[in-house]
Amino acid sequence: MLILEPNLSHPDDFYEALIESHRGLSVEQSGMLNAKLILLLANQVGDLDVLRAAIAKAREGIEPAGEDATLKAVA
Amino acid sequence: MSATEQIDYQSLTFPYVRAPELKSGSATHRPIVVVGAGPVGLATAIDLAQSGISVLLLDDDDRLSTGSRAICFAKRTLEIFDRLGCGEPMVQKGVGWNKGRVFLCEDEIYRFDLLPEEGHHRPAFINLQQYYVEGYLFERSRELPNLEIRWKNKLAAISQDDDEISLQVETPEGTYSLRCDYLIAADGARSFIRKALGHESKGQTFRDRFLIADVRMDADFPAERWFWFDPPFHPNQSVLLHRQSDNVWRIDFQLGWEADPVAERQPDRVLPRVQALLGKESKFELVWSSVYTFSCLRMAAFRDGRVLFAGDSAHGVSPFGARGANSGVQDAENLAWKLRLVLESKAPDRLLDTYGSEREFAADENILNSTRSTDFITPKSEVSRTFRNATLQLARDCGFARELVNSGRLSKPSILTASPLNTPDEDRFGSAMAPGAPITDAPLLRDGKQNWLLDQTGNEFTLLHFSDDVTKFGGARGDGLCRLAIGDIPIKTVVVMPKGSGPQFRQGLVVVEDTDGLAAERFDAAHGATYLIRPDQHVCARWRAFDPAKVQAALDRATARA
Repeated sequence: MLILEPNLSHPDDFYEALIESHRGLSVEQSGMLNAKLILLLANQVGDLDVLRAAIAKAREGIEPAGEDATLKAVA
Repeated sequence: MSATEQIDYQSLTFPYVRAPELKSGSATHRPIVVVGAGPVGLATAIDLAQSGISVLLLDDDDRLSTGSRAICFAKRTLEIFDRLGCGEPMVQKGVGWNKGRVFLCEDEIYRFDLLPEEGHHRPAFINLQQYYVEGYLFERSRELPNLEIRWKNKLAAISQDDDEISLQVETPEGTYSLRCDYLIAADGARSFIRKALGHESKGQTFRDRFLIADVRMDADFPAERWFWFDPPFHPNQSVLLHRQSDNVWRIDFQLGWEADPVAERQPDRVLPRVQALLGKESKFELVWSSVYTFSCLRMAAFRDGRVLFAGDSAHGVSPFGARGANSGVQDAENLAWKLRLVLESKAPDRLLDTYGSEREFAADENILNSTRSTDFITPKSEVSRTFRNATLQLARDCGFARELVNSGRLSKPSILTASPLNTPDEDRFGSAMAPGAPITDAPLLRDGKQNWLLDQTGNEFTLLHFSDDVTKFGGARGDGLCRLAIGDIPIKTVVVMPKGSGPQFRQGLVVVEDTDGLAAERFDAAHGATYLIRPDQHVCARWRAFDPAKVQAALDRATARA
């Protein structure tokens, strides 16, 4: 069951730490940091149903604006 | 077979022989024609022929595989080859392996063992050049007088109606006609039969190219599967190293989509890449190279009337899970026993529909695993590449991330859980050998000699009955077990006795001793436990106690007669 009600022990501290962790990073480096963070947190959650619910919630309201053409352009 | 080990199967050519139909001018009728003498066609033909069916195998060439091609043959495939009577020379000649390592840049990040327990006849894999596998299958085929192979006989036209198939076959001396009951299309990824019947194999092609370099050398790498992401000797790409027999090593270099497939195959391009991996001082000889792309695809249905598609003609995967040839051989054995029962009028034609449904399910599983591996090795977007690299970086010191690293999920047989041929469990079992699963091996004693559980089963239906007390087989239970052997589809009974029971005899039954208790453990079997096993060594029903009526009902279901 995906928790949508408050569950963070120190919300403002968490948010600051998250933003702070990206300080001085390029967009590419931030992308890597985010990816590692997602993987670590996913392992912490563990339950596939919860993870799928979180993925769906995160995706909500984002209309596809076109596929990532970065690699295809190379190809 | 020891004499055959010296044969260079790759360079053998087989004599073209003028077909009798060319002389007579009239079409003969055959029960089974198999097209394609690769591993899948040969395995299907042998399986049918050794069970008494007359088979004609056509091949448009006069040679076996050129180049090593498929090299990884999985445990389940070896067990099938054992049943076909040619597993032993392959295992003797091949390089057995269970272990692998994954490297990121210069560091080893992950090791795995695909068969961490004892008590199995065959290893998780052997690596053996495809031409040897085909060579040993060919040797086996020569022992079967009812299996005829015609080289340089090319299928040129096909049509079918409800009653039979008509074929036109081209030879160097002209064309002749044939008729047959069933046709097996084992004619490969570019299947003529598939095209001729208007079918397609659909899926996705990946935008990446890979170079295979087979080199002969004396090296002290262990017989393991080594996979590198972004190694210093081949930056930003992946590399796979594998040992084959005759001191030949398979090296697989990821090149990227932009690579020129013709130029990259030339020795002046290949040799520096190999040298970079092995070191400047190393001495080696390049024996084969090839640049390939791959697709994950399949036909919508593997059966079209009297034509059955098996192996690459029906489905294709990337090479990273060794799921191509292995799944094709598993197609072959799924098909052979069903075709035999239908040809012998012991089972209805609809049994062949389950060849399609079971192997289409298996193909989907293989394609899913293969696609996931390919998405990891060849990410299709920047964000996919970022997650892949993040996973690899975390894998250095995080166990969970090692599980996500996907350098190929190696071939395992499908568990056909949803097959209509299964009788659903009514008793509780703790073992993984649910209806639909292939059975697992275990060491045994038979007639006081070391033996294996798998070798007691297969080719026909087998009832595996666990019992602590063989003396009661004089009574009703013994009679019931023996009676199974005389039905129109006979069931062979194997009684598994516990360790220490000593040799036991009961006419009409095979009695074995579970020397290490592993059979009972792996089947979660207490006294009375009874498994009905298909000719392809998959479980189709199991019970906690023997009931002849239930066995008969399960047999009828497993042969589509119910």
